[in-house]
Order: sequence, then structure tokens, then C-alpha cells
Amino acid sequence: MSGVILRIVCLLLFLSVGSAGAADKWLPLAKDGLHDPNNPGIHELQQPKDALSTLPEDTAGNLVSWVEALRKGVIVPRTNIMPDTKIQVLDLDLIYSKTGDSWYVRFPHKAHTEWLDCTNCHEKLFKTKFGATGIKMLDILSGHYCGQCHGAVAFPLTECRRCHSVNPDTFTGKIGPQPVGGKP
Amino acid sequence: MTPLRLLYVALLMVLVMVAVPVWAEYADVVLNRNAEANGMRPVIYPHWFHRIRFRCKVCHSELGFEMRVGSNNINMGEILDGKYCGMCHNGDVAWSTEFCDRCHSGLPGLATGIRGASKSSGPGDY
Repeated sequence: MSGVILRIVCLLLFLSVGSAGAADKWLPLAKDGLHDPNNPGIHELQQPKDALSTLPEDTAGNLVSWVEALRKGVIVPRTNIMPDTKIQVLDLDLIYSKTGDSWYVRFPHKAHTEWLDCTNCHEKLFKTKFGATGIKMLDILSGHYCGQCHGAVAFPLTECRRCHSVNPDTFTGKIGPQPVGGKP
Repeated sequence: MTPLRLLYVALLMVLVMVAVPVWAEYADVVLNRNAEANGMRPVIYPHWFHRIRFRCKVCHSELGFEMRVGSNNINMGEILDGKYCGMCHNGDVAWSTEFCDRCHSGLPGLATGIRGASKSSGPGDY
């Protein structure tokens, strides 16, 4: 029952975003419904189109693939402003199988830690021990767990298959942390 | 939130979004807890602009911004003291706080929140 409703919700979310995004790709700041066109400082601000149209394309969110932009070196955002900050990138995929009748979820630590610090998620949002958190899709849709960023600043929750990317019928590996570079 | 209630909310959201298109750039944040009460336009914080120049961790780890709209009670005094936005907007890393209009750039009456997406501020607020 809840699986069917979840599918309907996903479809509705997809439709709603589609209808909202149909108007224009990136609006000028003076017409975005947020910036005051009478503000004298508005002309000093960079327009979204000038910055975003040069970056790798995507179909949702800012219409920019931020992960691809970073990996290709199209953008080189700073990792820290304090000299002593330790920068950690973890290359470890996790596969979650408790996904109801949806495909399994593959979570890539690498794409996340290239942007975020470990402490942004652990232990505040997620317990480090695999499977100990008990994540539910309805909680994510309500802005918790993954939904704290996905649906707000990272790619939106209309993009089901980006996370639910592993077909349970063909997956033969182990659930949980995946081998990195051939090591178990 | 029960599944049926979520369905209802999603239906409502479709109706609202068909009628009132979302214009803001995805993940723009409106900050208006203190601004208008002190005679300034609301602040518009563009995530897209900052993300080109800084990774999330700089603000959300080094600078101490909680990842939830409304959970950071930022006031101008702290920024001038070099906290929050003032860690960079000091004329050294980024332009200084003398350019009020660049941040205080929002339309009067805007409510604090994240735009161009869900409000993502807790159960029932999607």
C-alpha cells in the first residue's frame, strides 16, 4: 500500500517540478521573484545564466551537474579557508537492500566527501555503522536524512534512479560496504 | 507523516506549483529574521554562486552553518566580528560588508526559507 502511494507521490513531484521549470532555464535576478529590481546593488551581482550556462548540464536542480563540474575541473571550489583543516575524501560505496519494491540504493561516499566533511553527516544524520540508522523514504521526503540536502540544495527527490540505481534481480554482490580497488 | 497525508500534500503541491511557478534559482535562501525588522531588505543567499567557489564543507563545517534554514541565528554584529559570512566577507577572501545591497537584495516581505525547491525544514513542510 505505502509502496504504491510512494510511487504516486514521486510521479506528482516529477509533474510539479516539470511544470514549474518549463518557463525559463535561468531567470535574470530582477525577474526571479526574490530580488528587488529597485535595489541599486542588483547590477553588481552575477547573473545565474552567466555562471551556470558554462557548466556541465543536468536536468534538475540548478540544471548543472555539480559533481561532474568538480571532477572535470570546470570549477575549482576551495576545500578550506583555515590552514589546519583536515581534508578527507573517502572512496567507499554502500549498497542498501531494504528498499521495499524499489531498486537497491548505491551510496557513493566519494561524490559526497568531495564536497562535504564527514561530520556534516556523521553522527548527526547517519550512524557510521552500516544499517544502524533505519532510513525511510517518507522521512527523506519530509526533509530528513538524505532529504536534508536532496530536495533542498543537492539534486531533487524527483531523480529516483540516481540513488535507486542497483537492480536487485541482477545484483550478485554483497549488501553493505563495497570492495574498493579489488580489495574486500 | 502518514502515506495518505503525504499524498494529499503532494497533490496540493502540484496545484500550487502549476498556479504559482517557482522562479528562484534552486537552493536560494531568504534570510529575513532580522533584516526587515532593522530597516534592511531581506538577504538572498545564492547557493549556486558560492558552490562554484567553495565546497559545502567550508561553510557547513569550518564556518559552523547548520544545514537547516532557520537554525542559524545570524545577526549583523556577528558578521562584522568575523563570524559566519564575516569569515570571508571581510575584504580579504571576499568583498567586505560595506556593500550592503549585494546581500540585502530581496523583495520586501519575503519569508525566511529555502527556495526553488522544497522548504525542507521538517515534517509536513515539504
